[in-house]
Amino acid sequence: MRYWLSFFFVLIVASLAVVGIAGFQGSKSRKPPIEIFPDMDRQPKLRPQAPNAFFTDGKSSRPLLVGTVARGSHYQDTPFNTGRLPSSTNFVAEMPVGLTAKLLARGKERYQISCVPCHGALADGNGITKKYGMAVVANLHDKRIVSMTDGEIFNTITSGKNLMGGYGANVTVEDRWAIIGYLRTLQLARLGLVNDVPAELRAGLK
Amino acid sequence: MSDIFPKWTNKLPLRLLLGVMIVGSVVTAGVTYYFTPKYTRVGYQPIQPVPFPHTVHAEQLGLDCRYCHNGVEQSWFSNIPSANTCMNCHNQVLASDARLEPVRESFRSGQPVSWVQIHKTPDYVYFNHAVHVNRGVSCVHCHGPINKMDEVYHAKPLSMSFCLDCHRDPAAKIRPPEEVYNLNWVPPENFAKDKGAKFVHDWKVNASQNCSTCHR
Ligand code: HEC
Ligand code: HEC
Ligand code: HEC
Ligand code: HEC
Ligand code: HEC
Ligand code: HEC
Repeated sequence: MRYWLSFFFVLIVASLAVVGIAGFQGSKSRKPPIEIFPDMDRQPKLRPQAPNAFFTDGKSSRPLLVGTVARGSHYQDTPFNTGRLPSSTNFVAEMPVGLTAKLLARGKERYQISCVPCHGALADGNGITKKYGMAVVANLHDKRIVSMTDGEIFNTITSGKNLMGGYGANVTVEDRWAIIGYLRTLQLARLGLVNDVPAELRAGLK
Repeated sequence: MSDIFPKWTNKLPLRLLLGVMIVGSVVTAGVTYYFTPKYTRVGYQPIQPVPFPHTVHAEQLGLDCRYCHNGVEQSWFSNIPSANTCMNCHNQVLASDARLEPVRESFRSGQPVSWVQIHKTPDYVYFNHAVHVNRGVSCVHCHGPINKMDEVYHAKPLSMSFCLDCHRDPAAKIRPPEEVYNLNWVPPENFAKDKGAKFVHDWKVNASQNCSTCHR
């Protein structure tokens, strides 16, 4: 009996020690996960955005060399890619893509992702960030911006303007035009008169 | 002839056997409990250079995940935003807050902020974000309630059995594409049975279980 008691005592103390040191499943830990059988878990290959000691700047995602373009990137000097007339600095007046319902739906989705936090759902400059200290956000219904060329707005999205940062890295070229298409419908809706609404729908207006 | 073995040794083999069995089951229980990604990974919450709160940005401000992780729909990799993305707002909001100094430093120098990667499959596993999020699999299934996290931690095991549980029955998890980025979405009753199965059929969702799907 004595042996059994001491046997169980040792076993329980040992288990408690293990649980005490190792903790429970799901408990928060600042230490990286242990890879119990690390067979080929980490191979010497490049992962995006990972540090890499091989290159002097330590980045595995390589920046573009001067004079090269990335595959699939929009580099040609066309109005679609730059918002400007070829080999000039003049902005194109109208967007070089056809306005379709599909484009507008895409533009609405993208506008809501990328622009709403600051410019607000109505494009009046009253986004949620205004409450937190974004003081100067343009009201996109300003006469100056309504009469601005599509090309110039494209340029503002791509490279930013004054206090607005550029969204060229976050929003693809196609989506930038889609956003402009949607922005134009918002502006038109604000400027619209009762007479622009089809007669049969006017009753629904307040 | 006196006894070589005293009487109590008769019971020794039995006792030893019993003891080994008890120790064995305790050790087995311990290994099952601890030698699994449910223990090794879940809860991993590294100290980040900037204590970036998803609660403030994703929940309170209502930013869409794609505002920052804009590659998630196009690529296997869901990018971490560059300092430029942060500075769009933080050039005006908390513009001289000490916590954001690494971001401003990165913005000036072009050297990335050294975020610590939390979710990382082994290199022999092929994973792809785009196929999942474009087919109605939400971030919340694989990352947990990120929008409620002050600091991101590893919430799901991301083990092979975790992946396969869903690949065997995607209808139970799938949701309309417009709700993928809404982590608070709760499916209406019977959604999986009625709509989920219909999505899987209509969109020809093929969550393959072939080894070569994930090990290529
Ligand atoms: C982080 C906040 C923020 C976001 C997001 C944002 N903007 Fe802006 N935007 C600003 C601010 C601030 C200004 C005012 C810039 C100034 O005049 O200093 C501005 C100005 C503008 C202007 C007027 C530029 C001019 O010529 O004066 C346009 C057009 C514009 N934004 C379009 C957009 C579009 C389209 C998006 C979505 C892709 C967007 N913005 C997203 C903050 C933002
Ligand atoms: C304001 C920009 C921003 C927004 C919006 C945002 N994130 Fe993040 N996210 C980050 C940054 C920066 C990190 C890296 C720091 C960290 O891990 O906390 C990150 C990290 C993560 C990680 C962990 C990555 C890893 O290392 O494994 C996940 C998962 C994630 N975000 C999911 C989401 C989801 C889901 C949403 C939408 C609800 C979202 N994020 C919205 C900026 C953002
Ligand atoms: C859409 C605008 C926006 C973007 C983009 C943004 N933030 Fe913020 N951030 C805010 C606002 C608004 C607050 C809240 C300020 C307050 O509470 O006064 C905030 C707060 C913070 C805080 C302090 C949180 C706290 O607990 O008070 C940190 C740290 C932070 N942001 C880091 C980042 C990082 C890193 C990025 C880039 C990945 C980023 N932010 C991108 C708007 C933004
Ligand atoms: C089917 C599961 C799954 C879904 C759905 C999912 N993720 Fe991930 N996520 C992963 C895995 C697995 C990794 C680790 C990938 C690796 O090894 O790099 C990861 C990694 C990440 C990372 C770190 C960078 C990277 O790609 O490694 C971020 C950021 C992230 N996810 C954000 C998101 C966001 C935002 C969403 C929703 C739009 C999302 N994830 C949806 C499984 C998922
Ligand atoms: C919540 C459900 C869910 C989880 C969890 C999940 N998957 Fe998937 N996965 C899917 C669905 C649904 C598809 C089918 C998409 C389609 O039809 O294009 C898919 C497709 C894939 C594909 C693409 C196959 C192809 O045809 O190219 C890969 C690779 C994959 N999953 C890997 C993983 C890995 C690795 C994990 C674990 C980290 C994982 N998945 C976890 C639902 C899930
Ligand atoms: C849905 C994706 C998926 C499919 C399908 C899949 N695996 Fe895996 N497998 C994984 C993931 C993810 C891991 C990494 C698990 C981890 O790190 O916890 C893994 C790990 C493994 C490992 C290494 C285990 C270790 O710890 O060393 C082996 C071996 C393996 N898988 C074999 C297979 C075989 C055989 C099949 C076909 C029957 C298969 N897998 C199908 C996702 C998958």
